[in-house]
Amino acid sequence: MNAPSQIPLPGPLADNPNFDRWLDFSSPGHVTVLTGRVEFGQGVLTAMAQLAADELDIDPSRITVVGGDTALTPNEGYTAGSWSMQAGGVALRQACADARLLFTAQAAAVLNCKADALAVSDGKFLRNGAATGLDYWTLAAAIDLTVTATGAGKRKPVSALKNIGTSMARLDLPGKVFGASAFIHDMTMPGMVHARVVRQPNKSARIGAIDEAAIKRAAKGRIDFVRTGDFLAILGDDETAVDLAAAASGQHVKWQHVELPVAAQQEAAWLLQRPAIDKVIGEPEPADPQGRERFEATYTRGYLAHASISPSCGLALYQDGRLTVWTHCQGVFPLRGALARTLKLDAASITVHHVQGSGCYGHNGADDAAADAAIIAMQKPGTPIRVRWGREEEFVYEPKTPSMVVKVRALVGADGKPSDWTAEIWSATHNGRPGSGNNLLGAYALPEFPPDPPPHDVPEAGGGGGTRNATPLYDIAQTRIIHHLVPETPIRVSSFRGLGAMPNVFALESAIDELAERAGRDPLAYRLSIASNPRVRGVLEKVGAMAKWQAGAPPGTGIGRGIAFAQYKNKAGYAAVVVELEVEEEIRLRHVWCAADAGLVVNPDGTLNQIEGGIIQSASWVMKEQVRFDGEAQNCGIASYDWETYPVLKFSEIPPIDIELINTKDETPLGVGELTAGPTAAAIGNALSHALGTRIRDLPLTRERIMAALLK
Amino acid sequence: MTQTFAFTVNGRQVSVALDNEETPLLAVLRNELGLMGTRFGCGLEQCGCCMVLIDGQPEKCCAKPVWAVAGKSVTTIEGLGNAERPHPLQQAFIDEQAGQCGYCLSGIIVSAKALLDRNPQPSRAEIAEALDGNICRCGSHNRILRAVEKAAAAMKAGVST
Repeated sequence: MNAPSQIPLPGPLADNPNFDRWLDFSSPGHVTVLTGRVEFGQGVLTAMAQLAADELDIDPSRITVVGGDTALTPNEGYTAGSWSMQAGGVALRQACADARLLFTAQAAAVLNCKADALAVSDGKFLRNGAATGLDYWTLAAAIDLTVTATGAGKRKPVSALKNIGTSMARLDLPGKVFGASAFIHDMTMPGMVHARVVRQPNKSARIGAIDEAAIKRAAKGRIDFVRTGDFLAILGDDETAVDLAAAASGQHVKWQHVELPVAAQQEAAWLLQRPAIDKVIGEPEPADPQGRERFEATYTRGYLAHASISPSCGLALYQDGRLTVWTHCQGVFPLRGALARTLKLDAASITVHHVQGSGCYGHNGADDAAADAAIIAMQKPGTPIRVRWGREEEFVYEPKTPSMVVKVRALVGADGKPSDWTAEIWSATHNGRPGSGNNLLGAYALPEFPPDPPPHDVPEAGGGGGTRNATPLYDIAQTRIIHHLVPETPIRVSSFRGLGAMPNVFALESAIDELAERAGRDPLAYRLSIASNPRVRGVLEKVGAMAKWQAGAPPGTGIGRGIAFAQYKNKAGYAAVVVELEVEEEIRLRHVWCAADAGLVVNPDGTLNQIEGGIIQSASWVMKEQVRFDGEAQNCGIASYDWETYPVLKFSEIPPIDIELINTKDETPLGVGELTAGPTAAAIGNALSHALGTRIRDLPLTRERIMAALLK
Repeated sequence: MTQTFAFTVNGRQVSVALDNEETPLLAVLRNELGLMGTRFGCGLEQCGCCMVLIDGQPEKCCAKPVWAVAGKSVTTIEGLGNAERPHPLQQAFIDEQAGQCGYCLSGIIVSAKALLDRNPQPSRAEIAEALDGNICRCGSHNRILRAVEKAAAAMKAGVST
């Protein structure tokens, strides 16, 4: 006898199989869709409404989407890795398809007919096209949504989709355009108190002395202090007084055991001399090149800041033994776990609600600001606490993306093509997230805090951290990664858009260009000669056509073109980018073209917006950005502490950008949020090399490096 | 010592009593007057999230003491239009889906309003230059430039402001 076969559920649905974690029909004519994903400007909630509308056969105007709430939504971990559509969206579609099946069976029972005689139109059940008087809401009372999804509901074929594939307007944009209270920063509560934390310069620092009277004088208004261990906060009803006191605290709070990062540690090459945990992924490197020519080049990228436009903000209230936290972080459930660990509370007594903040590109200060508010709230039961970081505080204390060194070694045959490829990588972890056992920033100041976890990075199955995108997708017989995970860094590091993908794709696609040059081949033709994967070829050929790519443009004229390709994580969307730029002392971008294959596209305009944003942000990284250290006490050794010391690309520096999506009616969506980080960086590097006639292998591509290259 | 400051916000006469005359206009708008549309981005007059019009001129207000606007006229994003009566710029930003997170948009729309007031038909380069004091981190720049061009065209064609 065979056991009934279990239909595998998409990951997030398998983790959260109960319908009531995804859907709520309790309000007549209305569906609340619950998703563990959170909105930070990428349009994810709008896309989720489109997915649910199609699978439930209801008009999207009937749908409200709630994202990231420990009391309501499924636990989908972090909104990260470009997984929202590829995993979270597929799970939501399946939950909706299963729900439609469940409701249809109930309708059939009521009507005493076969389920396949029924159809759904805007939430109403039709029998052979005629109204039955039943809809989701009349049936809901008889349906138990605490049961689990079965996977038996059939997701709609692409040909039957009505909302998926259309550019539905963003649900959240009008409020932002009219200046509504749209962000966590705009939340107020009766009795709410403003708070600022007097930050520890580093995790081993301890408070020596506090001149409370001097700080109170500087406040020019009433303030109070809250202190537990070396965690010191300033509280008050008047935000300006609190800000003035916080600014004065730099002078009037003396710290001991201070260790600050110094300039010598800021360049990626510093990593090469550090202790590391080494791992080889793939076969060992061949000792004998067997007649092949050796190629080797080293590429580096310094520390980057998320530099979200708003400093982080968090609110918390501890009342009647329950802690409630409002946050704009990327994972409310992991934050709840970390708060429980830090505050020695039962996770069940903590509720974490997501509220939108500004654009968020990874693990910035959001979790830590929420933890600050929670730590203070525990000391002030019954008082809602609002912590809003300062601009310099965000730059200094947000976890940075780690610097990286990537050495590429290839063995090249007589045909000029590589047949053996090594990417040797030095990097600190790309996962300092609280959900992986890492401490929240404020924890280190508490009298007791949980131990730091052993050194770890994002596992290869999750796309890797430092190793992300290091393996070429070209036709190369043998490839391997040698990963040196550097556990100790002078500053806190964690996840930032694309993790290691940007430096790794910069290295890989620069090296491919260098091999093409050595072989005397055109960079696009050379890539196509070693790419048999049709989706790789698809985006390369498309972008070549878009940019009217022509072989043989002479190098060193001051105007250059470069091309680069990646499939994000080697498992999400595919993109090829062409950049045209001119250079005198600095780079000026003239035009960018991008062809992307993201499979099934839920919202074409939203996808284009994400891809273009990724191009612009990556261009900013490679042209301008590096977090610098100076060892000065004023900003804890971080010399990049505001928008003047950490400039980003401005409006007048943005080129025209053309993007085309291909293969959009594929059955499977592929993530795009981080898709263009790597290819844009490498295409700019390759275009600069073409324009200069010489190559710069260290990021960012600053005026100083360009001048030095020109003088060589 | 509590002092009272009177000025006009979005055409409405307001008066606020403050202990600290150095309180920034931004803090007064948000915390005293409940106008949350003007955002805090840096407190350093660098990013443009807090852009408002003061007697018609675009100014960052995160570090501008409230005494400096006594007797003056302040216009914030809320004063430009609303969902029922959107300013052509606001309508164009929605039409072009010109934004990602939207945190920078209040300041950008106010800067664009000041530009169109003095130069109703700006070139794209002039728009970009006028917005260089506003930072967008998400990369919505080209959409924003298109939206401002579209608003300028709509205003030329006679859509009321």
